[in-house]
Amino acid sequence: MSDSVQAKQTKSVAFRGGGFSPIHIKWVGLSVFVTLILVLEAGTRSGFISNLTMPRPSDVGWTFVELWTSGLLWKHVLPSVSRLLVGATLGASLGIGVGILIGLFSYIRAGLVPLISAIFPVPKIALLPLFVIWFGIDETSKYALIAFGTFTPTVVSTFGAVDNVDRSLIRMGQSFSLSWFSIVTKIVLPGAMPGILSGLRVSLAIAIILLVAAEMLGAEYGIGAYILQAGSLYDLERLFAGVVILSVMGVTVSAVIGFFEKRLLGWRS
Amino acid sequence: MDLRLENIGHSYGDMEVMQGMDLEIPAGKIVCIVGPSGCGKSTLLRLIGGLEQPTTGRVLQIGEPPVESLNPLTFVFQDFALLPWRTVEGNISLVLEDHGIRGKQADAIISGVLARTKLTEFRKALPKQLSGGMKQRVAISRALAVNPAVMLMDEPLSALDSQTRELLMDDLVSLWTREPFTAVYVTHNLHEAVRLGHFIVVLSRRPGRIREVVAVDKPLAERELGDVDLEQTQKYLWNLMREEALAADKELINV
Ligand SMILES: Nc1ncnc2c1ncn2[C@@H]1O[C@H](COP(=O)(O)OP(=O)(O)O)[C@@H](O)[C@H]1O
Ligand SMILES: [Mg+2]
Repeated sequence: MSDSVQAKQTKSVAFRGGGFSPIHIKWVGLSVFVTLILVLEAGTRSGFISNLTMPRPSDVGWTFVELWTSGLLWKHVLPSVSRLLVGATLGASLGIGVGILIGLFSYIRAGLVPLISAIFPVPKIALLPLFVIWFGIDETSKYALIAFGTFTPTVVSTFGAVDNVDRSLIRMGQSFSLSWFSIVTKIVLPGAMPGILSGLRVSLAIAIILLVAAEMLGAEYGIGAYILQAGSLYDLERLFAGVVILSVMGVTVSAVIGFFEKRLLGWRS
Repeated sequence: MDLRLENIGHSYGDMEVMQGMDLEIPAGKIVCIVGPSGCGKSTLLRLIGGLEQPTTGRVLQIGEPPVESLNPLTFVFQDFALLPWRTVEGNISLVLEDHGIRGKQADAIISGVLARTKLTEFRKALPKQLSGGMKQRVAISRALAVNPAVMLMDEPLSALDSQTRELLMDDLVSLWTREPFTAVYVTHNLHEAVRLGHFIVVLSRRPGRIREVVAVDKPLAERELGDVDLEQTQKYLWNLMREEALAADKELINV
């Protein structure tokens, strides 16, 4: 075997590892957006894409300028943001609270999990008339709809997060005779935090969807109302302006959660 | 404070994990427990520490623990069980907070135990920044912080590489030499057992029973890597365990 070493071919071992670990890449997300918009702009200008099927991005931009100068932008955005804040805060905090109780107490789990499973798949929009009867046509029924829609997914993700807390850490707490309250606040809650926050990403996106639905069914101002008006006139520029506002809200919510994850979960390796 | 096990037996459902264990754990001594895997060593430790209740028999405390002992029976776990979101300091203060020890008093205790385990510079570090050996030293300082009457150590060095293990054994020996503590030390590593144990309890395969208790008289501080008499003891222990280990291995296949 050794005598023929020189005669044999040598080559380096081919690399086949790597991948499967998300890394943070800047600007790619943004350039996808920009490219898409440029393509649309070029297409609509050249006539390749008919103005009837897609609005020209620059026209949507002008609609924004109009919205801004007329002061209508804030008139629509502010009520929406406040509805979202009130409804989602209510729903998410109730959801986290109930989720933790389910995670901690077997009786509450036995009693509530079937109920939650029963109401989870119900499209909450279908219940809007019910909320209108209960809470009136004004803001309260919108808050209730958004809160209810945020509540169920938050409960499910929260008790899942509590269930997933490392049992060996809880055993450690017991072995040092920590009180039940200390174990819950110092071990269970921080341990469940990653799961709770990633659950909130989903619940808050659902909250935005429900916000629009609620505003479409009876509101003078609000992004949902604005989109509905534009839609009924087939005014695509304004429709898209509304959609862009919603996307911006979604990105903002996600950024806020990302901020909290960075601040609260820096301990993760 | 001594501990005495009286006729301890334990079952999970139909499966009998151990039976008829009688054992004395004298104050100031390290009792090592060795046995094939699955023979109930960890279970026995949880029974001694009150994390589980034995099916038969009882664990007795003889004499009162010292008054300054905040948590008489204190565990050191194989997987360290540090809270990843707390710093080294925070992990130690965790076990003091419930006793109302905060501020300056807690600071003094934390500085003391970190100095004893040579971790003073790492006080503000998070667990993710530490190596396995350092994490286990943090867990040991956390245990020392509550002045345990008996330390219950479940394979504390098994997750570490062999060099780190040697270093930490030296650390444990010097900790014990400066201030003798009582410990029940579970391991599957006979080398650790002859290095650290005053008594070595050999368990049979499941259902675990005490096969033999071997006393090692040589003082801890004089034991060294490669001591001939220690190696002989180790060989003797291995011969005791060999058939049990073989049989235990086969049993797992047959299940
Ligand atoms: N909580 C439990 N429930 C059911 N079986 C268990 C439990 N804990 C341990 N066992 C079983 O008891 C036996 C002894 O386990 P353990 O004490 O961990 O052994 P060792 O630490 O000696 O390897 C094993 O067969 C294990 O599967
Ligand atoms: Mg074990």
